[in-house]
This record gives sequence, structure tokens and C-alpha cells, in this order.
Amino acid sequence: MTKAATVAKKAKKPTKAKIAAAVAPDLDLVEGHVTVGQAFTKKPKMTMRNIDVFYADKQAIHDVSLDIAQNEVIAMIGPSGCGKSTFLRTLNRMNDTVEGCSVKGEICMDGENLYSPNLDVVELRARVGMVFQKPNPFPKSIYDNVAYGPKIHGLADTRVDLDEIVENSLKKASLWEEVKERLHQPGTGLSGGQQQRLCIARAIAVSPEVILMDEPCSALDPIATAKIEELIEELSQNFTIAIVTHSMQQAARVSHRTAYFHLGKLIEVNPTEQVFTMPEHKLTEAYITGRFG
Amino acid sequence: MDNLDKIKHSLTKRNRAEKRFRWYGRLAIAIGLAAVIVLFTDIIGKGHGAFRITYIELDVHYDQDLIGVSNLTDPSQLADGNWDAVPKSALREKFSDVSSRRDKRRLYGLLSNGAGFDLKDRLLANPLLLGETETIWILADDDIDTYYKSWLDGEPYAARLSDKQVAWIDQLHQEGKIRLQFNSNLFTRGDSREPEQAGIRGAIMGSLLTLILTMLLSFPIGVSAAIYLEEFAPKNRWTDFIEVNINNLAAVPSIIFGLLGLAIFINFFHVPRSVPIVGGLVLTLMTLPTIIITSRAAIKSVPPSIREAALGMGASKYQMVMHHVLPLGLPGMLTGAIIGMAQALGETAPLLMIGMVAFIVDIPAGFSDPATVLPVQIFLWADSPERAFIEKTSAAIMVLLSFLIVMNTTAVWLRKRLERRW
Repeated sequence: MTKAATVAKKAKKPTKAKIAAAVAPDLDLVEGHVTVGQAFTKKPKMTMRNIDVFYADKQAIHDVSLDIAQNEVIAMIGPSGCGKSTFLRTLNRMNDTVEGCSVKGEICMDGENLYSPNLDVVELRARVGMVFQKPNPFPKSIYDNVAYGPKIHGLADTRVDLDEIVENSLKKASLWEEVKERLHQPGTGLSGGQQQRLCIARAIAVSPEVILMDEPCSALDPIATAKIEELIEELSQNFTIAIVTHSMQQAARVSHRTAYFHLGKLIEVNPTEQVFTMPEHKLTEAYITGRFG
Repeated sequence: MDNLDKIKHSLTKRNRAEKRFRWYGRLAIAIGLAAVIVLFTDIIGKGHGAFRITYIELDVHYDQDLIGVSNLTDPSQLADGNWDAVPKSALREKFSDVSSRRDKRRLYGLLSNGAGFDLKDRLLANPLLLGETETIWILADDDIDTYYKSWLDGEPYAARLSDKQVAWIDQLHQEGKIRLQFNSNLFTRGDSREPEQAGIRGAIMGSLLTLILTMLLSFPIGVSAAIYLEEFAPKNRWTDFIEVNINNLAAVPSIIFGLLGLAIFINFFHVPRSVPIVGGLVLTLMTLPTIIITSRAAIKSVPPSIREAALGMGASKYQMVMHHVLPLGLPGMLTGAIIGMAQALGETAPLLMIGMVAFIVDIPAGFSDPATVLPVQIFLWADSPERAFIEKTSAAIMVLLSFLIVMNTTAVWLRKRLERRW
């Protein structure tokens, strides 16, 4: 037995015990849990009822029901692997591309079932845009990145229209001033934060009704993050936004309501202020006070 | 002994292992390089002579009576003309002391037996020469060529010549009437039984036509198959089975593809044998697995984030593939295709099976003309008994190798040029 190994073991033991002590009683609460708080709103843009998501045999989401209101920013928080990203991806059916993934329950937007066989997923994704965790501009020019959506959906009749859409989208994404001189340079040459704003501009170029953001700032530095957060606030005037985030501060800063997920279950939904000051559920409290994460 | 000592002790051992491994690597590279150098020096050493060939200068008299032609526009007269008599009489004039029949035959043996036809072509191109005399360089026989080159190198090889012929060559050399010239025949003529008249033009054209067809068929089919399998096909037992079989096909000995082509294209569909069509079809079968495998790898290497971005924008799967996956995967696919083509260019065995090993003198002009290809030409020449074919074989190998080098360089260049970073 070497010295170093002994030290490591000693240090590990209490940590493990602490975690177990903190989580074990809470796990019981997850079993047969009913969401607490205000999961439903009066005029919902999207409604989800009794959603179960399976990856092959493994169930990732258990019986989640939630409303998203018009022009609302709803944040989804929770520890890693809690299913918040999976849940977000059911909203524009990006889970369809995952092998063996199946969704049960009802998801409606403006009363229309997203999983009905009559609905074309292409149309849905034009109405529900998405921004991903890692900035993923196409390896094309800045202009072409933003113009791609309008082009494939045939939104612009003339070149002038297209130019206008590109300019407006870049302005809304507060990127126009930085890139107007170099629209035809590759989008991949921008900084990480600029790339992410380019992706937002690309998403809003097709005027979606809802924008999904899957940890949009996790790959960015604090200054770029601040810019994106500012942008989210501005965008909420025109769009409904659902954002998944790892950062509780971010959820607190940008969202109107916060949904807390734990092990595939929706534990609590409440106005953001309430979640971070007076959480109703013990698990939520444990998470936001940093007892696990 | 405490930990630090143990680490130090193991460190020397680890460093030594690394050092040893580096030397193994260097040794392997040295062996490889040496093999390449030996190969190239051997081929170039043997083959460089083929780019020059012996010519003899003679005074040629285009005698109307001797040839038996008075009107150069009359095809039947041209066909019946005694063209061989022209170079023969020129030789007799030059060496007027030769009288016996046997010596005369040896004397005529100085020149290529195609010399008469070469003079006919020359006369047809310049009709005014009829009845005139001119001094020109005439192609020598291959035995003379072999002897003269070896004599110039200081190791005369006279086994196939008589003493008199050697003496005549000596005389010609002293008069400056025998010399080596650039061998343009090598690049302008088809195959021949006579080494001095044989060229690789026919084989190059055959290879070109066959490869064009192979490229036109295998690239679109291979890329489409790869895209379908990678992007659209459901992942089930059937597609697994297909995938395993494609990988197996890539490892099937190429002669099997020749047998398959013989059975299907020639015996069943009655495509004529020895033609570039059937060669192209067989090589397509052979290259398809390579192209499919490299294309699939190229498609797989397109980052999933790009696909997600496209799908998230509402692109259909087809649009995602056409707008993003295909352009990004194209450099890899092209590289794979060129490597597949290079493989097809060097392929001999399957073509033997479908009759492209035939002796074909005419240069093929279309996909349905009988043809042979470069590697088969090399095989045929290597098999010929005439000593002059040794250098020709090496020269043809040099030409084939330079085509391959050009193709592989293009592949590397294309990859560098089209590769995009993200």
C-alpha cells in the first residue's frame, strides 16, 4: 500500500457517505411523485401531458406534464442526466433522429398534436427553432448561415427580401454591428460567443414561434454568456423560449418560470423568484443550495 | 525502497523501451525506402533505353517502277505496291559488294521489316517525292538496336547477329550513319510482334477508356449506396448483413471478379469480349466496395452537430444530406474514388479473364473497340522472348507508375484543397 493511495481513500470515504446521506432520503420522494407548483398556465402556447420518453427499454422521462405560456422564458434545471435535454428535444421532435427513442403522451402547440401522423416534422421545426449546446454554424459564410432557413423554406421571393431577412435576424441577435462588414466570410471564423449568436440569428431567420435552447452558454466565457442572456431577454418579447441550463444563476437571471427535473421526473415548477427563494420541494431546495448537482 | 526510487527505477526501463521502439520504426522506414529505391533504380536502369531507338541513314530512291505505283491516289495500286523493295534497294546501293542471297537477307535484316510501310506513309504525305531520291533516317531492326545500344554501353551483345552484320554496323557507325533517336513510336503506336515497332499508345487508350467507364459507373453508384446505407437505411439485420458483405467483397481476389464478369457480362448478356465496356464493368464491380467503404467513412466523419443544425432548421433529411453531408464528405469520397481508380488502373487479373489479354495492334477509338490495358501490356511484353522487349517492359512500367503517382498526388491535392475545417 503506497502513501498516496491511502490518502486518496481516506479523503473519498466521507464524501461518498455525505452524498449518500443527502440523496438517500430524497430518492424516496421521487418515487410516485406528483409535480408541485404551477405547472399549468391559463393561455398555454405548448401543452405537454403525461410525457414518457424511452431509450430502447430505459425510461428517461416519467409522466411529465407542463405548460409553456406565450412569450414566456421557461428554464429547465436539474442535475446531469435528469432528462431535461431529452424533454426539451421532444418539443421539436429532435428525438426522432435518435435510434430506439420513443415518446408517449401528448404534446400540443396551439392545440395541435405534434406527434400526430399528419404533422410534417419539417414544418414543426420551422415553427420551433433550436439552439444547441455547442455553437454549430455551417461551414459556410455568415450570410449563408442565416439565409439557409429562409432559402429551404422558400420564405424570400427575391434577393432583396433575403438580404433584409438576414440583416433583421442578425440585428435581432445583436450581431449585425460586428459582422456587417464581413457577411461573406466563413461563420466558423467567428469567436465562440459570436458563433452562438449567429446560430440564434439562424434560428430566428425563419420566424419561429418557439425557440428551444439546450445549454446555449455552456461552451462560452462569462462575457459572451452575459451577451446571450441579454439577448434572451430581448427575444422574449417576440418569441416563446424554453432554455435548459446547468447554471442556476443563469436560470435565475433570464427565466420567468423554472422547472426542476430530477431523475426523469418533473419535481417542481414555479415562478423563478419563488424557486430560488422559497422552493416548495425538498429536492429543489437541496439542489439550489448545492447539496448535489 | 520508497516510491520515488521505484519510479526512477522504472523510468530508465520505460525510456529504454521507447528508444528501442523508435529505432524499430526507423529501421522499418529504412527498409521500405531501400526497397523503393532498388525497385526504381532497377526499372529506370532497364527502361530508360527504350525511350531511344536506333535509326540508320540511307539514300532512298522512290522508284516508280520498283514499287509498281504510278498513281498515288489509286488504292489498289497502293495495296499491291512492292514497298519493301525501296529500303532493300537503298541497302543494296549502300553496300554494293554484297552479292550472295544469304548475305543479302542478312543485309535486309538491318532494317525494321516495317520500314517499307513507313516509307509508304511518308510518300503518301509528300506525293511529290515519287521518283525522287532523299536521305532519311530509317528505323533499324530490334536486334540491331539491342546490339548497338549494348555496344555503345561497352558490353556488346551480338548473339543474334552475324559477323558481317556487326561489320556493317561498325562501318555505318564510322560514317556517322547510325544513331539513337527519341523513340516516338513508343507513344504513337499500338502493340506489335516487332519490338522496334511496338508502342503503348493502344494500351494507354484502352486503359483510359476502361477507367472513364469505371469512374462514370462506380463513383455515382458507390456514393449513392454509401449515402443510402449511412443516412437512410434502417439499422437492422439486413443492413448489417449487407455491410459485412461489402467489407468481404473488398477482400475478394480480383480474378474472381473477372470470372464473374465473364459469366455475367460476356456469357449471359453477350457483351463482346476484349472491349473497354466489359473491362469497365468488371473493374466497376471490383472498385465499388472500396468506394462504398471510403465514402461511408467520409460521411461518418461529418460532425453530428452539423446534421443537428440542419435538421433543427427544418431541413428534410434529403436536404441535410445534399446541402451539408455531401459537400463536407466530398473530399474524402473523391480521395477514395481516386485511390480506387488507381487500383483499377493497375489491375491485370480480372481483365485476363474477359479477353483483354489479346494481341491487339489497332489503337482503340471507342468503348466497343477491342483493347488491352497498360498492366496487361506489361504482362504481354514481359512474356515475349525478344530481348528488346525487356527494356520496353520496364518503360511501360515507368509510364504506368507515373500515371499512378499523378493520380495519387491528385488525391492528396484534392483532399488538401477541398478540406474544410470547422
